[in-house]
Amino acid sequence: VYQVFESVAKKYDVMNDSMTLGIHRVWKDILMHKMNPSPGTLLLDVAGGTGDIAFRFINYVRSVRERQLQRKLRHHQNLSWQEISESYQEDKSKPLGDSQVVVCDINKEMLKVGKQKAQHLGYSEGLSWVLGNAEELPFDDDMFDVYTIAFGIRNVTRIDLALQEAYRVLKPGGRFLCLEFSHVSNPLLSRLYDLYSFQVIPVLGEVIAGDWKSYQYLVESIRRFPPQEELKAMIEDAGFFKVDYQNLNSGIVAIHSGFKL
Amino acid sequence: LYPGHIPTSPLQKALLAAGSACMALCDPYRHDMVAVLGETTGCLALPNLRDKMKNHPEGYRILQERPRIRLSTLDVGRLRGLPDGTLGREYVRFLEDNKVSPDTRMPPKFVDDEELAYVIQRYREVHDLMHTLLGMPTNMLGEVVVKWFEAVQTGLPMCVLGAAFGPIRLSARKLQVLATELVPWAIRSGRNASCILNFYYEQRWEQPVESLREEIGIFPPP
Repeated sequence: VYQVFESVAKKYDVMNDSMTLGIHRVWKDILMHKMNPSPGTLLLDVAGGTGDIAFRFINYVRSVRERQLQRKLRHHQNLSWQEISESYQEDKSKPLGDSQVVVCDINKEMLKVGKQKAQHLGYSEGLSWVLGNAEELPFDDDMFDVYTIAFGIRNVTRIDLALQEAYRVLKPGGRFLCLEFSHVSNPLLSRLYDLYSFQVIPVLGEVIAGDWKSYQYLVESIRRFPPQEELKAMIEDAGFFKVDYQNLNSGIVAIHSGFKL
Repeated sequence: LYPGHIPTSPLQKALLAAGSACMALCDPYRHDMVAVLGETTGCLALPNLRDKMKNHPEGYRILQERPRIRLSTLDVGRLRGLPDGTLGREYVRFLEDNKVSPDTRMPPKFVDDEELAYVIQRYREVHDLMHTLLGMPTNMLGEVVVKWFEAVQTGLPMCVLGAAFGPIRLSARKLQVLATELVPWAIRSGRNASCILNFYYEQRWEQPVESLREEIGIFPPP
């Protein structure tokens, strides 16, 4: 799996856009809305490689923070000019309100692409990049408010270990969120989806990335991954409560959520 | 079927052909796309070439023995030591001048017949020798000329497309030289020459280029 992502890293984002016709962006946006993070949240994004989730998190938190500040201003209309401008200084220094996201990935190439993207797009604050394995995270217990893994858990050899690690590093009250390809129950859609996956995706891989085999692997790994209910049971086994899932696009993708209580 | 073979459905071949054609035009450095285009569109031309080889004594031997042109099998030092004007000497000169190597040719992936896969592999490896025999460098202009020659010789759709669309990226001055001198010469030579895959080049290193040109039927370059 490591070698697959080594060769895939540079063209990862281009391929994602072509394969899903840009819809993956919508899926990730929905994930962020479901998370609804408030400023001050500490997020761990595992298998976060090229930073898609991390950047969305920062944008979300930034806009929430701006709204917070605007509301504060409205309530302070009775203050003097000096007091208002002083409060600007204070708030300007915390545009993210102490929110932080740690992007963790097992693959150096993916992290490299992510860091370059961050620089290119102008993200500097609140981001950290760590090399690590989802089955054995280099973090202490009870550290994070939210743990996300978007399109990463299907590449983990021992999903149960990754789930246990997720439980360990989350604070009590913390939330586990998993965005992943899942099973389509509608038979007609399922056949169309299979046709598209097996006929078109490897061709896209060959033409865009010069790599048929990695994308053939991708399509096969999606089929092998446990369906919604089974994944839900595995998450519960790791100790999470209130585990639930939401199907997107009739099950092509699903968001699983759980809480550490 | 053979190492590196990826079986593909007709739909996949069609998509690959279309995709690789677009990609090869958009990004001329994607030589792998040119290769893929050749493989997915060659279903008529390749058997034709294979039959031409079968019916020719030297071509038949090549099909039997399946020689490969690779740096590991070529004795570059010996070839460099050959007198000027011989195939071996000029070939090595060509490789060094243009800084290319025979090892960068893509192995076939999408051809569904093992013998035809060898035919296309042989075509790719002989391409550099074509450059040598035609006296064309590896810049865009030289490549287009060789493509015209190969299009006439092999009938591979990829060569025809490459010959027709390659010139798009050339300047007006070069286009003029191309149209007035080089392409007509390439076409005449291609028509006149016997099948280029029927010559056992590895056994002809000592042969002078001029004599080989005459034997094959390639007119002297302008």
